[in-house]
Amino acid sequence: MISSASDRLTVLIADDNVSDRMLLSAIVSRQGHDVLTASDGAEAVGLFERRRPQLVLMDAMMPVMDGFEAARQIKTLAGDALVPIIFLTSLTEGEDLARCLDAGGDDFIAKPYNQVVLAAKINAMNRLRVLQETVLHQRDLITRHHKYLLNEQRVAKAVFDQIAHSGCLRSRNIRYLQSPYALFNGDLLLAAWSPSGNMHLLLGDFTGHGLPAAVGAMPLAEVFYGMTAKGYGLPETLREMNAKLKRILPVDMFCCAALLCLNFKQQLVEVWNGGLPDGYLLHGDGRPHTPLISSNVPLGVLSAGSFDDNTQVYPFGPGDRVFLLSDGVVDSTGQDGELFGARRLQNVLVSNRNPALLIEEVQWALARFRGQARDDVSMVEVAFAEPDLLGPPSVIYTDSGDSSPLDWSASFEYRTETLKRFNPLPYLLQLLQEVHGLRMQSSELYIVLSELYSNALEHGVLGLDSALKRDAEGFGLYYQQRAERLDRLEDGFIRIDFQIVPDGEGGRLTVRVQDSGAGFDSDRVLALPPAVTQLSGRGLALVRQLSDRCQWTDDGRTASVEFAWEGLA
Amino acid sequence: MSVTSDRSADGQELTIIIKGRFDFSTHQEFRSAYEPKEKHASRYKVDLKDTHYLDSSALGMLLLLRDHAGGDRADIQLVNCNNDVKKILDISNFSKLFNIVKTA
Repeated sequence: MISSASDRLTVLIADDNVSDRMLLSAIVSRQGHDVLTASDGAEAVGLFERRRPQLVLMDAMMPVMDGFEAARQIKTLAGDALVPIIFLTSLTEGEDLARCLDAGGDDFIAKPYNQVVLAAKINAMNRLRVLQETVLHQRDLITRHHKYLLNEQRVAKAVFDQIAHSGCLRSRNIRYLQSPYALFNGDLLLAAWSPSGNMHLLLGDFTGHGLPAAVGAMPLAEVFYGMTAKGYGLPETLREMNAKLKRILPVDMFCCAALLCLNFKQQLVEVWNGGLPDGYLLHGDGRPHTPLISSNVPLGVLSAGSFDDNTQVYPFGPGDRVFLLSDGVVDSTGQDGELFGARRLQNVLVSNRNPALLIEEVQWALARFRGQARDDVSMVEVAFAEPDLLGPPSVIYTDSGDSSPLDWSASFEYRTETLKRFNPLPYLLQLLQEVHGLRMQSSELYIVLSELYSNALEHGVLGLDSALKRDAEGFGLYYQQRAERLDRLEDGFIRIDFQIVPDGEGGRLTVRVQDSGAGFDSDRVLALPPAVTQLSGRGLALVRQLSDRCQWTDDGRTASVEFAWEGLA
Repeated sequence: MSVTSDRSADGQELTIIIKGRFDFSTHQEFRSAYEPKEKHASRYKVDLKDTHYLDSSALGMLLLLRDHAGGDRADIQLVNCNNDVKKILDISNFSKLFNIVKTA
């Protein structure tokens, strides 16, 4: 409880002179306070311990224990609370008066007492006492709230970690730095495998701090994991994330984010950056790094109609790495208010010799620049790795398989407007997953389907020449043309036929993919030596490698592949 | 840091001038600079000549203004952006949402 300034106080009077003590008692009592009296310092300390008076009037010179020692002991006993001690003194030497204050006294009053001055001093001291009490009370309140807050954050973080770490952040090709409480700085880092063995990675930074910044993370993570696991690509996932955040977040909240799709088999990386500082594609062969510039509005700002899901695609091979960071790095200010900036960061990237130390080197550079370390920055580095070494976890199914459909066929035709916006692969894969025998090879199935579909779309319907992709520049041009031609497309289709037939204990799936394009000389293309160092030409090789049989007919316009399976144990 | 506003003679254009840091502490002042007085303006100008820093919550506030001014139909100019301010607006590609003018 806080006592008010007008409260009746309990005042301890310590004076060895009986008449002085009685006189003072009478004055203080008349002013409306309760009085305790002591005739020496030791008695005063004892009384203080037992009765806790709020203010002490202390004679300096007393037998047994003098006022200076008594004041020291009382101040120690009082701890954080302010118990004002006013020295009663006939001393006049400056040195003696200073001693009173050195011993812990707060003020002094000279004998003989002036009643008006004494009352004013008691009141002034009491105001200070109440102020101190208020401050202590608030300090305790803040400490308590802070403890609650930390506990709430701990619980919220534990729940969130269950979600966030269901992904593959622990893969050996990912290195990252994030404060344990990054979530409450609005920073978010997620990674997950897609069914085809691509790795999707998201670094996000919500506006603001604390709880408001953290609440958006949960739905974003849900969309990211859900859609990645179902086999959706970046554009669909981005559209869904944007739409969801737009719907649930207040207007002034949004999420700056970069999303990557790392295709280790085809040696490509697909990038979308909306509002994060430049990321970097670091090349293993010593070429200058490629900045991954933000060319989009952050997630959760634009309506579904105006959202731009265009991504950039770059070659990504052995020795290559992608480095992403939150704005805390370049926005760090030094002691003179200067920003760390992109140039200092690039210097660190250029001078880095040991890739394993890159993140540490950026941290050191930041610490040197600011004179102290920062714990609210997020950085992530993901390296190329041979697909076999990473091994995406296989999916576990819980249904029995008794109702698995084993003799059916289905045909789909996707036409112009659908080809522009829709990715049918997740849906088709979902359908094929109903066949238990195919689940063991769902990853291969997905890769082959994706390859055949993108071949049909890019080379067939859109007539793009993969020879363009022979160098990094042509590579960019290829994907630029892809977007332009798709946008202008007026007529075209892709037909996909599935046929499932039982075969002994097992079965067989035949997939036919036909497109409206001009076809290609399949014999010639397939006879080419497999591309190892080139930037293109891995698609058909993958299809041949992963399916049980494959052939092209109809002048290359129709591809047929087969997957067979044995009876399940 | 201070926010002042100025309405054109015909009442159609509202100019909001921000001096110093444009960050969360400006929130209340910024909102009261455009929230209904007599009637909605049809054009808005945010003058950032004397703004030397802006953070992500300032970007959020600009989005609030955009929402207030009609969302996708809003007519808002961000004028006199210095290089640092321009850089921050560029990273978030706010030029797709606002008409950004570097000098007056």
